[in-house]
Amino acid sequence: MSNYSLEIKNLTKNFGRRLIFRDINYLVSSASIVGISGNNGSGKSTFMKIIAGVLSPNKGEVIHSLNGKKVINDKLFNHIGFVSPYLVLYEEFSAEENLIIFSKIRGINYDSDYIKLLFEKMNLFNRRRDAVKTYSSGMKQRLKYLFALMHKPELLLLDEPTSNLDNEGKETVYNLVNEYSKDQIVIIASNEEQDLKLCGDIIYLENYK
Amino acid sequence: MISKSYNLCIKDIKSELRTRYAINALVMFILVAISVILFSIGNEKIQPELTAGLYWVVIFFSAMSGLSRAFVSEEEKGTTLTLHLIATPDTIFSGKLFFNLILTFFINIIITLLYAAFFEGFVVNNFILFLVTFIFGNIGLAISSTIIASIIAKAGSKGTLYPVLSFPILLPLILTCVQLTIFCFDGTSFDNALYEMAIVVSYDIIMVTISYLLFDFIWKE
Amino acid sequence: MYWKILLFVLMTFVSIAGIAFPIVEKPSVWYEFPFIPGLGENAKIIFFHVPTAWLTVIAFLMSCIYGFKYLKSKNLNDDVKAYVANQLGIIFCILATVTGAVWAKFAWGAFWSWDPRQTSIFALLLIYGAWFALRSSIESEEKRATLSSVYSIIAFVTVPFFIFIMPRIMTGLHPGSADDETSGPIVNFKMNENMLLIFFISLIAFTILYFWMWNIGYKSILLKEKIQKNF
Repeated sequence: MSNYSLEIKNLTKNFGRRLIFRDINYLVSSASIVGISGNNGSGKSTFMKIIAGVLSPNKGEVIHSLNGKKVINDKLFNHIGFVSPYLVLYEEFSAEENLIIFSKIRGINYDSDYIKLLFEKMNLFNRRRDAVKTYSSGMKQRLKYLFALMHKPELLLLDEPTSNLDNEGKETVYNLVNEYSKDQIVIIASNEEQDLKLCGDIIYLENYK
Repeated sequence: MISKSYNLCIKDIKSELRTRYAINALVMFILVAISVILFSIGNEKIQPELTAGLYWVVIFFSAMSGLSRAFVSEEEKGTTLTLHLIATPDTIFSGKLFFNLILTFFINIIITLLYAAFFEGFVVNNFILFLVTFIFGNIGLAISSTIIASIIAKAGSKGTLYPVLSFPILLPLILTCVQLTIFCFDGTSFDNALYEMAIVVSYDIIMVTISYLLFDFIWKE
Repeated sequence: MYWKILLFVLMTFVSIAGIAFPIVEKPSVWYEFPFIPGLGENAKIIFFHVPTAWLTVIAFLMSCIYGFKYLKSKNLNDDVKAYVANQLGIIFCILATVTGAVWAKFAWGAFWSWDPRQTSIFALLLIYGAWFALRSSIESEEKRATLSSVYSIIAFVTVPFFIFIMPRIMTGLHPGSADDETSGPIVNFKMNENMLLIFFISLIAFTILYFWMWNIGYKSILLKEKIQKNF
């Protein structure tokens, strides 16, 4: 059980002089699933990127804290797992090599038992030595869950979690999210009703224009 | 942080060896550039000043054709976000800088060997001074090229803009290095070249400081 | 309003005085300039050439300051200010290069001879050119502002190197160059008091002119954006 909390204060984002959303206030302090919904172009991905600390907002802030202590922006990547269709892994390396490289650059131990478990869960174990460029888009999506979970993050950000996945894959993801959300925070940005059904609370970005 | 950026650099090297995208093209570029110069000189004997100038011209353009890869390839592959999610900006800049340092030294050793073999005027009379110039000159070249490469990658324009942006930034370094190379050919003593040496070293220090300070702004959108 | 009249008076005075006051061997009345060996009548261009070069540097400094401010505040208005400063900077840079080349033709016999200051102004011209090339290649406003601010700052820190390295590498022809033993620093080279006075008035007038142009420039861009937003 982790003591992670996420506080969003007066979050406003413009692209140039075009407003994406403004004054979002939200607090998640216990394990739960939060949904982000909105039409295409309403800023779901932008919102997710801001939470992940990849994009900076124009106004307001996102405060991540672990055990009551604020996590500084530069260290944020250690605490979040991120899955999205626009995330790309290194195609010239195999799945396993990718994960080994990531753990080395992160400076963490490559926990091969745990990774093996994840590989089996995502049904990729037999293909782990093949170059990522030979993967289908659904398999790449599955691999991104390994990328997101390998460092055991406290916050899971899923942008369109089930895109490109078959029914079996979707089922795996839903089980994973349900299991994970027992003691961690999961944020899902999606328009799929099935995805949003999992969420305890939903933020509609249209309300913040 | 050092070991993390070292691992990032190893990843780049492995990826480069696997795709051989830049290395092959770069080596060919050096050969072509030097042979163009050799053809245009013909049988003329050129002065040491001109040799030193041409030497740095080839170094500059080889650097411009190869060093932008570090950041541009990540942007092309779309893996920038992935890097964001696994490392701090400092780690990323250091990793890319290590990679560019290795690449710079690699291409410049080739260039130097070719010059020593084919140019009569390329006779180094003060070897220590040459070595020091070579090392600090290359470090400066790698630092400035890396930070400009990160700007280019974010600007989304790959080829032509890179030398345009880099040239004014590299001009003081290259002018000083040309002067130092002439000193090496003359056999000027190390003490007499201290002023120029100090300029190159302070250029390296200032550029590395400003690069680390500004990289955060470039990297975070 | 008053300062506009003041600017008009100063500029008129500088133009008339700078061009019409005669140069004589031994100035005896206030409106006569001394004869400077090697320059002669050419000396008068100093009232117009030096201020343009000065404004080039001022504009460069301002774009760097506003670049820094933008990175701190992320306020696009700061970027507009830097942009206008650079627009004026490149105009004055071209003017300084051209007037300098003309002067050089008559004083030194060639339009261009890679004197340290000529090389420096050429480097500045390259930096300005690169800055605009960078801007025009970026679509997104914020990215454009950030990257061009960063580039301004990087370019700015290289400037001291030009000052230190140029005189060592090239022989200077400008008054005040390292190997020019007959004269001191640029401003007090053999000018008499009234020449110096007109020189400084010209410098002040041009500086006021620059800030006025800069002010109008960025305000007009901000207004344009406001109008576009309302439609």
